[in-house]
Amino acid sequence: MRIEKRLQPSRAMVLLSPVLALVLTLIAGALLFKMLGHPAGLSLYNYFINPISDWYGVSELLVKVTPLLLCAIGLMLCFKGKVWNIGAEGQFIFAALVSGYVSLQLMAVEGFWVLPVIIVAGALAGMAWAAIAALLKTHFQASEILTTIMLNYIALNLLLWGVHGPLKDPDGYNFPESALFADHTLLPLLSEDYRVTVAIYIALLMLAVVWFVLSKSIFGFQIRVMGESAGAAKFAGYKNRLLVWSLLLFSGAMAGVAAVSEVNGPVGQLIPTLNLGYGYAAIIVVFMGRMHPIGILIASFLLGLTYVGGEMVQIEQGMPKSIVGLFQGMLLFFLLACDLLIQYRLVLPGFGPIRLPSDRTKQVAS
Amino acid sequence: MDIAFIDNVLFATVRTATPLLLVALGVMISERSGVLNLGQEGMVLVGAALAFIAAYVTGNMGWGIIAGAFAGMLVSVLFAFIALSLMANQVATGLALTIFGTGLSAFVGADYVGQSIAGLSPISIPLLSSIPFIGKAFFAQDIMVYLSFCLFGGLWWLMRATRLGLIIRSVGENPEAAHALGYPVRKIRYCAVLFGGAMAGLAGAYLSLAYTPMWSEGIAAGRGWIALALVVFASWRANRVLFGAWLFGFASILHLLLQGYGYAISPNLLAMLPYLVTIIVLVIMMQRKQGGSDAPRSLGRPFSPSR
Repeated sequence: MRIEKRLQPSRAMVLLSPVLALVLTLIAGALLFKMLGHPAGLSLYNYFINPISDWYGVSELLVKVTPLLLCAIGLMLCFKGKVWNIGAEGQFIFAALVSGYVSLQLMAVEGFWVLPVIIVAGALAGMAWAAIAALLKTHFQASEILTTIMLNYIALNLLLWGVHGPLKDPDGYNFPESALFADHTLLPLLSEDYRVTVAIYIALLMLAVVWFVLSKSIFGFQIRVMGESAGAAKFAGYKNRLLVWSLLLFSGAMAGVAAVSEVNGPVGQLIPTLNLGYGYAAIIVVFMGRMHPIGILIASFLLGLTYVGGEMVQIEQGMPKSIVGLFQGMLLFFLLACDLLIQYRLVLPGFGPIRLPSDRTKQVAS
Repeated sequence: MDIAFIDNVLFATVRTATPLLLVALGVMISERSGVLNLGQEGMVLVGAALAFIAAYVTGNMGWGIIAGAFAGMLVSVLFAFIALSLMANQVATGLALTIFGTGLSAFVGADYVGQSIAGLSPISIPLLSSIPFIGKAFFAQDIMVYLSFCLFGGLWWLMRATRLGLIIRSVGENPEAAHALGYPVRKIRYCAVLFGGAMAGLAGAYLSLAYTPMWSEGIAAGRGWIALALVVFASWRANRVLFGAWLFGFASILHLLLQGYGYAISPNLLAMLPYLVTIIVLVIMMQRKQGGSDAPRSLGRPFSPSR
């Protein structure tokens, strides 16, 4: 078996590759479960189907989808412009700290403006954290990959400082946790029976806005040009610095809103472990979703499922919760491997190249 | 400030620098061959977990060290296959390796959290270890620190004075030319990545066998990433990698010093120091070089011999 380069990239494989990656992940997952002495079929059922077999399960999936989708919307724009923002995690945590602080300050103040203020505070905090990386990139030429990662660790330590120090609940028996937020500082629930908040609407709205901007506006076009050829963007006179700043600030704001959706939603207070790695998982969402709005919507459900499924096998079969990271890592690995088939095709000895139906029509056309 | 105090500071600096030095030397080799592997953090974690498990099960530190290096190398094969053979984006593949390695290490290590082992004990070299200031820091450490010195010396010599070092560099600078001269570019890159994996695994082994002889999730605490920055800071040169590792080692123990002097700063705030120093150092280096022109020219670019 060997590979040969396609005459033109396969559009069908762009869409098929994530599906193939998912299938391979499921096969690898089944082998893994089997190796650990768990029945493979039941384990996969518990991981991927059981969690969403009733409405409550679906609502819990939406709880995970909300922050994932919000982070992914910002990262999608960044990655399209080849700005490697790995810092959604840190932007999320810093925003959680700031919006948490604001929420605690507004405990005794009632008013319709309280929630909007908290959301804006979160968005601004996320932007501020991202702005550090933007400044370091545009004015000091420091790689945003490394600076955003370092800022993730710094943000995490800031959060730990907050919950161990000034924001610790004075009546909390010395646990490193803030006080529980007052009800009016929490995002309204869609229904009393579930934990889903209105933040899911914000996420969907932003997704629509970004889709419009990407496909219809000159700004979206500029992002694409900068991503595909920095030289061409410069030649066309695009303000590169301005683009980098807007992309990083926007994704910081999205991570900030994601933080509010989590902290002022299902969590309801500041705790040291409030970040479940959404900022990193959102990177996988963007790649799985092919950097397309509809794609990342679907992919955020899949990645959300890796979280709720992980919790399920933890409860049902006593698996460690870290199985979530394992599945997410496998998913991205298989995806990157399958993406080879976009540019190349497999040639089996004796059978000739494996063609997709779409290849054939293209060849007739040419 | 007496001599014993300075002795201890230098001792702790060298100890803290050891995992950074090990990872960074591996990064240096793989980047010199033109491969950007951002999976260091994941490989360190997998190395740390497997080293601890092997040492715990066998009761032998030697097996732990070997297991750590081998585990790091094994997961780097995943990266090498996808990034080199399948020519995937190296940035994305490296991130995948870090996410996967973080998950894998936490998964296999879950049963070993809270267990303890004896850990590596220091071996004092007679006479040399009683030299004031440097004696304790350089001649009263454990076996892995000495190993890191040997590896440093070997790699410094390899890159500076050998034909193999020159070949590795040429593959990283201009793979097309190296290919035309008949050097197996992809094979050399594979070896460089696998070597880097083993070094990251060794660093992990140092963390879970010597530095803090235990396993906990995320024990690497960003050291894999700091090492990546360290190599940029060192302009891909072994002697500067060593110097940089000591600098970062010192920055990491600075908070212990400050606490020792009775400054009442939160330990969480002080724990930020190494990351802050990393950013500051990156910025300073970039200012001096105007955009990192020392980087191997084909760094991060896939190479396909058929072209």
